[in-house]
Amino acid sequence: MRVVIAEDLFLLRDGLTRMLQAHGLQITSAVDNGADLLAALANDQPDVAIVDVRLPPTFTDEGIRAALAARREMPGLPVLVLSQYVEQLYARELLASGTGGIGYLLKDRVFDSAQFVDAVRRVAAGGTVMDPEVIARLLARNTGDGSLAALTPREREVLALMAEGRSNAAIGQRMVITERAVAKHTASIFLKLDLQPSDDDNRRVLAVLAYLGG
Amino acid sequence: MNTAIPVRRTRPRLSPVASLQAAARGLAFFGLMLAGLGLLVVILVAPGLLALGFSNVTPAHHGDHRVVLALLVIGAGLGIARFLVPGALLAIRRLASLTRRLAGEWCGVPIAESYLPLPGPGDRPLSFTGRLSWLLKDPATWRDLLWVTVNVLVGWVVAAAGAAIMVVGLVEFIGTNFIRAIPPPAFPGNSAGTLGFLGVAIISAGLLAAPWLLRGYGLMASSMLAPAGNAELALRVRQLSQTRTEALDTGAAEIRRIERDLHDGAQARLVAMGMTLDAAGQIIDTNPVAARALLYEARDASVKALAELRDLVRGIHPPVLADRGLADAIRALALDSPLRIELAGELAGRPPAPVESAAYFAVCELLANVSKHAEARQTWIDIRQTDGMLRIGVTDNGRGGADPARGSGLSGIERRLAPFDGILAVSSPLGGPTAVTMEIPCALSSPKTSSC
Repeated sequence: MRVVIAEDLFLLRDGLTRMLQAHGLQITSAVDNGADLLAALANDQPDVAIVDVRLPPTFTDEGIRAALAARREMPGLPVLVLSQYVEQLYARELLASGTGGIGYLLKDRVFDSAQFVDAVRRVAAGGTVMDPEVIARLLARNTGDGSLAALTPREREVLALMAEGRSNAAIGQRMVITERAVAKHTASIFLKLDLQPSDDDNRRVLAVLAYLGG
Repeated sequence: MNTAIPVRRTRPRLSPVASLQAAARGLAFFGLMLAGLGLLVVILVAPGLLALGFSNVTPAHHGDHRVVLALLVIGAGLGIARFLVPGALLAIRRLASLTRRLAGEWCGVPIAESYLPLPGPGDRPLSFTGRLSWLLKDPATWRDLLWVTVNVLVGWVVAAAGAAIMVVGLVEFIGTNFIRAIPPPAFPGNSAGTLGFLGVAIISAGLLAAPWLLRGYGLMASSMLAPAGNAELALRVRQLSQTRTEALDTGAAEIRRIERDLHDGAQARLVAMGMTLDAAGQIIDTNPVAARALLYEARDASVKALAELRDLVRGIHPPVLADRGLADAIRALALDSPLRIELAGELAGRPPAPVESAAYFAVCELLANVSKHAEARQTWIDIRQTDGMLRIGVTDNGRGGADPARGSGLSGIERRLAPFDGILAVSSPLGGPTAVTMEIPCALSSPKTSSC
């Protein structure tokens, strides 16, 4: 799998490169600013781009804007955005930039390299990966009203994992229940939230997020 | 507090309706004069009683029942001075404020208002003497008293003149034409017809004069109720030095808080991490399984340290505010808030960074108030910039009853905005809705142009 990395801090760029290489991914370019990123993407045609939000020259949301620009030019280009903070505002903008192949994670998630690489692969495969913190805040915000309150704690747990972009099998593994039990939960959730059931992971995430975002 | 009011000096409108209205307003001012007279009497009664009492407590009357009476009179004087005079002074202040407002609305003579701010933080009730000295030290109090006195002596003549002239004319007209109660013409050539004409002429004169009289009344009020030039400057200086001190204090307190948070949070965790890593290094050969557990522990500690630093930074300068500016930062705030929030308005550029930050945290505080106290189903936020003024309105349909004087977070927001000459207006009747409007004078920088 071919990866382009944009991260301005040398230590992190170097660490990411080595970690991904150790897991058998190929780093075609590792750049430190938005302009170089766009050039590298056009040149390398990678399977996925990993982009830090804060890049020179403005050190603000350069990475988000570069990611959005790249996806405008190359529709469907999988991009995983890393940040010290997760903001729902940015999560929404990224999700709105086209279906699938989008990820938004806290930088802390690289500490668990196996999970992180799994997230990179899921994004590259066209999946959607949202940081658990984004999901947690969405859920916290929606506790009070209406249909979400009708969910059992177990179903809320499943919903959160679903929103992170996990398949039924992965959710079952995580919660130590069978895949069939998960399927029962998801069906019940879709029923209670009045969502169209779907096997497509990505559409599932989008549906959940759209619902949570109100 | 000291808002510059544009002076409108247009001619008053001269139409019969406007004139009648002006006459009625003059009468209303007359009524305010009566209220002032009552308050003045209350204030004058206290020294009067005291003087009367003391003049009768002389050794000559020792043992006399008149001494008892005199002491009673003194007691009454002291009681009035203690319990009624401060209230009367405050009531006169309200009366003066009302007159200022009405002079602007009715007479076309806007009058600025400037009183000394309450000493100390506004959320603590003042002692009786503190309150009295705050009132008495303010030159504006004495100017208000002067106004009430002048108003009682001559002001009311101007206020009531328009209506009075019209009434005289009307009596003249009706009397000669319908009742014929006016005595027969005293001078040769006088007839009911000419007297009737005289009545009409007097009414017309009253109609013509009433708006000008009202304007004159406003100007007279302005000459005494407007802040004196020096007083205004002195007030401004006092206000600036106070807000500067508060701003510095707040800044210093904030830095201390950050230092404490770092010391107890991230720093402590990093120390613990270092020790855990060292322990892992010591046993890595003898007990690799335990060492691995320690390493994971160190990793988890670093995650927690990061989370704490993140929260800390959010409290200092939220990332979205830095990245995108006020409107988007408030949008992000609304997304994170458990409240139902509807956002309206846009900013064409970015206010100066300190203003942005103060406004952002003020909105944070307001939303926190709403979710803590209001029990609102819906909240609306409105941001716009007009005439060099950044305006943010936060309205909720909760239960109302918010009061900045009662030491809620609102006075904190007032202090936050004060260094920028920003003001906070709160309307929160019991039962809601609560509408809070902040206004901060500032210019926007040119819109940030971004290529991607």
